[in-house]
Amino acid sequence: MNADVRCPGSLAELWPLLEDGFAVMAGGTDLLARRGAPGRVACLERIAGLQGIREEEGLLRMGACETHSRLLRHPLTASGLPVLARALSVLGSPLVRNMGTIGGNIVTASPAGDTLPPLYALDAVVELASRQGTRRVPLDGFILGPGRTALGEGEIVSAVLARIPAAGEVQHFEKVGRRKALAISVVSLAAVLRLDGSGTVASARLALGSVGPTVLRCPRAEAMLTGRRLDRETLLAVGETLREEISPIDDLRATAAYRRTVAGNLPLRLAV
Amino acid sequence: MSGMVTLTFTLNGAPVRIETSPGRRVVDLIREDLGLTAVKEGCGSGECGACAVLVDGVARLSCLMLAAQLEGREVVTAEGLGTIDDPHPIQAAFAAAGAVQCGYCTPGMTVAVAELLARNPSPQRHEAREAISGNLCRCTGYVKIVDAVMDAAQAMGKETK
Ligand SMILES: Cc1cc2nc3c(=O)[nH]c(=O)nc-3n(C[C@H](O)[C@H](O)[C@H](O)COP(=O)(O)OP(=O)(O)OC[C@H]3O[C@@H](n4cnc5c(N)ncnc54)[C@H](O)[C@@H]3O)c2cc1C
Ligand code: FES
Ligand code: FES
Repeated sequence: MNADVRCPGSLAELWPLLEDGFAVMAGGTDLLARRGAPGRVACLERIAGLQGIREEEGLLRMGACETHSRLLRHPLTASGLPVLARALSVLGSPLVRNMGTIGGNIVTASPAGDTLPPLYALDAVVELASRQGTRRVPLDGFILGPGRTALGEGEIVSAVLARIPAAGEVQHFEKVGRRKALAISVVSLAAVLRLDGSGTVASARLALGSVGPTVLRCPRAEAMLTGRRLDRETLLAVGETLREEISPIDDLRATAAYRRTVAGNLPLRLAV
Repeated sequence: MSGMVTLTFTLNGAPVRIETSPGRRVVDLIREDLGLTAVKEGCGSGECGACAVLVDGVARLSCLMLAAQLEGREVVTAEGLGTIDDPHPIQAAFAAAGAVQCGYCTPGMTVAVAELLARNPSPQRHEAREAISGNLCRCTGYVKIVDAVMDAAQAMGKETK
């Protein structure tokens, strides 16, 4: 391939390339696998400022170019964000996880992107960087549709920040795919629930993947859970509400009806 | 479009200096320009793992990497793990366990296993299975391959004692 490929070592070296119309590439697992490389590519992998995982004012800050493998093995993700760690552990295969990044998963903006339901349920915020500086946008406002984001000209995702739930909050992720490795999800559910001392749900965040044009938060189902216990009856009712809130499509991997059924069943796994 | 660039990196321990297009796929660079054919292309899209190589110790898919990314890096292919005369314990274990039929997937498998064993010298069977879950084999089934990984881990454990 006769493409022009640059690997800038800093953000300062990146900006002129973006102004010249270079497309950015992180791990390349979406860019090279699905579309074939564009003519001019700027690799982000050597920019130290896009890496690192650290706590910052109660949020976990994950550099956009952190790979899924590195996030998965990092103690702050593993212990603080099991809902995300679980999703990372079923994303692609170990080889794909060694290359693919969290920033790439966000900008690809697939409704089946595995890191997205956990990030939606954790009220994640994306940090965008450009020559002019940085700004922060809530993830659910950043992703506009399949493959569409609010990324501006000359801008990249520099980090994603997620709330670290208090110890004792219930974190759950489940992906239903067609096989174990290398399967794109048919339906996935991320849940982060705060329970009070008596086991009553004090607050609930639910996000479903692969059942609409973007990952969906489910406010009606969340409201229904709040103030109740995680018993079978409640969860069946929540499942029914989820089925009404989502708008799945038929595709190669599953029918809309199957997705609706599975989505409504997933909350049952939250039963205590 | 763009011109050629001169890349320097190490390949199986030896320094390489090569003029190439920076957008050439690493799998093509290694197989065609550098003649190391253990690196296989199966799918060309990240699904099969046949093209796996170690880059700075991390198993990566060479069909989804561009030549420019190799600048200054340390690349190891199956040829760099061991040779026919002096096989790596992983390669010896694959041969001994009969974990090879056509052998197409084997170089990539051994690369994925090398990364696993460097990180986790005594894996459980389920960890071995997980580590090779991005490497497809259409010949042997995975039981003998997992046996070979467990044997290799043992042999390497003894070696370092
Ligand atoms: C075999 C295979 C299996 C897969 N399985 C799964 C799966 O199970 N679940 C899943 O969710 N995904 C899966 N994927 C998709 C992919 O691995 C992920 O979406 C990955 O996180 C993409 O990250 P990347 O760094 O490789 O992105 P790239 O390919 O480098 O980039 C993807 C897009 O994002 C843009 N981009 C990347 N980083 C930035 C940034 N920091 N700022 C601005 N733009 C950016 C690029 O310009 C490009 O448009 C799979 C891919 C393959 C090849
Ligand atoms: S050829 Fe690279 S993963 Fe199949
Ligand atoms: S031995 Fe033939 S593909 Fe694995």
